[in-house]
Amino acid sequence: MTSLIIWFAVQLSQPATWSPEERQLLASLSLSSLQKLPADPSNHIADDLRAAKFGQQLFFDTRFSINGAVACATCHQPERRFADGLIRGVAIGQTDRNTPSVVGGAYSPWQYWDGRKDSQWSQALAPLEHPMEQGGNRLYYLRLVASFYKSTYEAIFGALPDLSDTNRFPLHAGPVDNADWRSNWLAMDTADQQTINRAFANLGKALAAYERRLLPGPSKFDDFVDSLGTKSVIFNAEEQAGLKLFIGKANCIQCHNGPLLTNHEFHNTGVETAPSELPDKGRIQGVRDVNLDEFNCRSTYADTAGHCAELQFARTGPELIGTMRTPSLRNLKNTEPYMHKGQLPTLIDVLRHYNEAPTAIIGHNEAKPLNLTLTELSQLEAFLHTLDAPIAAEDEWLTQPDLPQ
Amino acid sequence: MKYLLTLLLLSLTISLTHASDIAEVWTSKRIQISYQSALQPIAINKMHHWIIEIKTLDGLAVEDANVQVTGGMPAHNHGLPTSPQVTEHLGEGRYRVEGMRFHMNGQWEIRISVKRDGLDELVTIPLVL
Repeated sequence: MTSLIIWFAVQLSQPATWSPEERQLLASLSLSSLQKLPADPSNHIADDLRAAKFGQQLFFDTRFSINGAVACATCHQPERRFADGLIRGVAIGQTDRNTPSVVGGAYSPWQYWDGRKDSQWSQALAPLEHPMEQGGNRLYYLRLVASFYKSTYEAIFGALPDLSDTNRFPLHAGPVDNADWRSNWLAMDTADQQTINRAFANLGKALAAYERRLLPGPSKFDDFVDSLGTKSVIFNAEEQAGLKLFIGKANCIQCHNGPLLTNHEFHNTGVETAPSELPDKGRIQGVRDVNLDEFNCRSTYADTAGHCAELQFARTGPELIGTMRTPSLRNLKNTEPYMHKGQLPTLIDVLRHYNEAPTAIIGHNEAKPLNLTLTELSQLEAFLHTLDAPIAAEDEWLTQPDLPQ
Repeated sequence: MKYLLTLLLLSLTISLTHASDIAEVWTSKRIQISYQSALQPIAINKMHHWIIEIKTLDGLAVEDANVQVTGGMPAHNHGLPTSPQVTEHLGEGRYRVEGMRFHMNGQWEIRISVKRDGLDELVTIPLVL
């Protein structure tokens, strides 16, 4: 009996063996394989340090909301990996979906769960005018810029439009839900609307210049991959078993691939509809929205000159019904609950969901039942925790900066 | 002996060079298609373009055809993550297909539909990533 226990203990402490094919897969998941930050040709100031600092101020400045109490950072909290730990975001009101993390977003061609935005800068504009989020309008925000950030703005983008003529530029105007602000907007000259849109787009571009600096840092998993072939294997037996499952029979790597553990694509995995709601249409609606978006890559406000391969070759069709963008797995700690409506409270709930692969309410579930044991699910969970790591940005980017008064 | 070995190595080099020059060809009842990917080797999650060459079975270039490119993973019952399009007819039966991307490793199928004056063919190209 004693010898059996010793044999078992020795087995547990032995490193798992990894075939050349498995090692290749592991290397493909490591941050060491992450390509350098892709340029954003639609945002000419994406890598301008002054713009990033301005964007960081806007990100944390609660004056940029109609009630003066909400900023991007209300839902995208640095201490929660730039998510919020709620079922759905709560700003002025409750939002429609679970708050995704901003970290690593610069690598994705699409933003939001349904990809209805095709750049970080165009995404950043939407919450500013959403009645449940920051609830304002573009004229209101540009007047705030004129009051608090005029010189900062003008050093980066040139002259801020002169808004002193309130007949031409009402105090509140924008193509938003609020009927008064909307009718004010519709009464404006087209040329004036475009002037405002261009300046408003610049706020998004500054916000994106900040957000694209928020990237995941190396985790225990990355150290493990780098340690393969050396004597210091830093995963315990459970973590190694979980990793084997992840790249093997649990099929996780099918969608959670590449160094950010996401293929940035859209999948229907049969996640249950949120209580008392109709099923979420997902990407089938998102692809319509992004094609109609006034700030998309093809718009006059993008600095792209019409080179928009992602939009040009974006897939459409019924296969997209109920699909959502694959999230990265590098931001799991403190970001529960999970899924697009926050339907699943914990990681083990998510793993159980994939193990069962229930029939989708709309569209079809691409996943198939896994028939994993409870032990195997725990092993997967142990592995997923090895992906937790601090954000790879200096501290100064992770706290509220000084805001001009 | 040394002479023989040199000869052997030389012939091996020639045959290898020759092999890489011959593109693999997939056929339907009436046409044959070969392709060259601008991304070598093909990796997941990277948009790239292909040049495809379409000929009749007896080797005549198929020009000015309506070419549609679709595909997917049969085992997963899903399609490509993009909608590739022919963006240019390059002549001599060659077409530029842009917007190619694969988002998973595994067994893929690329289906190329070719239509032109009485020609209506579908060629399936298997691909393992």
